[in-house]
Amino acid sequence: MGMTITEKILAFHAGKEYVEPGEIVKCRVDVLLANDITAPLAIKEFERLKVPLFEPNALVLVPDHFTPNKDIKSAEQAKTVREFARRHRIPHYFEVGRMGIEHCLLPEQGLVVAGDVVIGADSHTCTYGALGAFATGVGSTDLAAAMALGETWFRVPPSLKFVYTGKLKPWVGGKDLILYTIGQIGVEGALYCAMEFTGPVIEELSMDGRFTMCNMAVEAGAKNGIIAPDEKTAAYLEGRARRPYKFFQSDPDARYQAVYEFDVSRLEPQVALPHSPANTRPVTEVTHITIDQVVIGSCTNGRLEDLRVAAQVLKGKKVHPYVRLIVIPGTQEIYRQALREGLIEIFLEAGGAVSTPTCGPCLGGHMGVLAKGERAVATTNRNFVGRMGHPESEVYLASPAVAAASAVLGRLAHPDEVVKA
Amino acid sequence: MIEGRVFKFGDHIDTDLIIPARYLNTTDPAELAKHCLEDADPSFAREVRPGDVIVAGVNFGCGSSREHAPLAIKAAGVACVVAQSFARIFYRNAFNIGLPLLECPDAPRIPAGSRVRVDLQSGRIEVLDTGEVFTARPIPPFMQEIIAAGGLIPYVEKRLKGR
Repeated sequence: MGMTITEKILAFHAGKEYVEPGEIVKCRVDVLLANDITAPLAIKEFERLKVPLFEPNALVLVPDHFTPNKDIKSAEQAKTVREFARRHRIPHYFEVGRMGIEHCLLPEQGLVVAGDVVIGADSHTCTYGALGAFATGVGSTDLAAAMALGETWFRVPPSLKFVYTGKLKPWVGGKDLILYTIGQIGVEGALYCAMEFTGPVIEELSMDGRFTMCNMAVEAGAKNGIIAPDEKTAAYLEGRARRPYKFFQSDPDARYQAVYEFDVSRLEPQVALPHSPANTRPVTEVTHITIDQVVIGSCTNGRLEDLRVAAQVLKGKKVHPYVRLIVIPGTQEIYRQALREGLIEIFLEAGGAVSTPTCGPCLGGHMGVLAKGERAVATTNRNFVGRMGHPESEVYLASPAVAAASAVLGRLAHPDEVVKA
Repeated sequence: MIEGRVFKFGDHIDTDLIIPARYLNTTDPAELAKHCLEDADPSFAREVRPGDVIVAGVNFGCGSSREHAPLAIKAAGVACVVAQSFARIFYRNAFNIGLPLLECPDAPRIPAGSRVRVDLQSGRIEVLDTGEVFTARPIPPFMQEIIAAGGLIPYVEKRLKGR
């Protein structure tokens, strides 16, 4: 019996020829990640063990959630991480001004490569599946144990295969594909499973679009999302990868718990209504909903392609007088490139605010927290109750194109309403 | 053996509901406990007593990897969570910090406010007022090893000593 790409990566890291779903395996880990919220807990647990870090090079620490620090307590948390990094001579610690939102930063910096096993104390660690890696979120204690052992345990997940066929309409991309998929299967539709994204549409999709899709696998309950590496992956890794990489592919006779086929030729831009990422509709059905704020950024859609699409919609337009537009480039490098390309100028001309990289409003941290009764369109990944601020505020998840168009019209909008072909 | 009152919640209770991000500028369990589940039930943190049990529907703990979520529940005094299913990161985190979870397909039928006796070993949940018995899936052997060691960090300590 063949194996899926997920099974092959886990088997390789467990030193086994063959693994099957349900089996518990101990795997070597290549990269460990934590941020300013999750690292302090991991550090506390790790220090109880009184052992050295198994490999200082493998640990990546990114203070991105409440930074630049929003209050004294969060400054103390960031300080704990900074001091730990200095004490243990961690080379991959990223300070404010040289950092990025972790899941934009690690791939960009070549710290994660194809074939890796990555665990991160952040649920969106599954983003790196876009590179053909097995990557999954864990808690701080799991991370602390792996910091000591260099390995962790996994139950091998059953795989679900998603095949996307057809040709995408203009303005439809990775975000719409994943929102549509979660809408179809529900937020527990992939519970404990691997989501493998395949088909001609995925082959056509950019790396940035692939990151967006794998990022949100956890919103369907998945352990990991994954896309088989191809020539686009190779081109992305070229010149970035700091370690050798390995391309794994699913066998033709690999077993799947289920196979979903979606012809996405007629798919419209999607919006997830409050308060679930599975509560999706085509944007054209919800254009009557007025909004107070638009957020373009986060580990889901803060990449260069996202900013380019947003700028394409916003160029020469003004943000609606009743709307606040906040744009957050995912990393310093993305920020600089957006500056070079004139994208930042477009956002400022339109009347938007541009922030240094931070998770900021995505989890209601800072930089755009919502008041009672306010509504935001955000390119982020979650719209749970209270996610972006007041428990009685609302978040609508959408692509950068829909978010930008909504900023202009002051209501949920299809990009075609703003940019005439 | 656990004995306590049942606090009922629905499906998809996410980690933002369990402990909103606005309180994540601390890792102090007692502080976190004060805000446990406040956006789902503002009176919960005030009313919950040591030994009480949370009963919920599917996908309990979905969302963030924040370990602050099970820490808040544990520090609030909750002895165990019984749900139809759990989100996977939450599931690992809870056992790692010593908060036991039971997967029970009939969880929604356990009456709110009732007193229950829970046997973690066998997965038997008895409603004391009516005598009705519900059965949860036994905890997987690997998770039992971690519990037996007293959590993941003591488990790792044992392994490191064995090297």
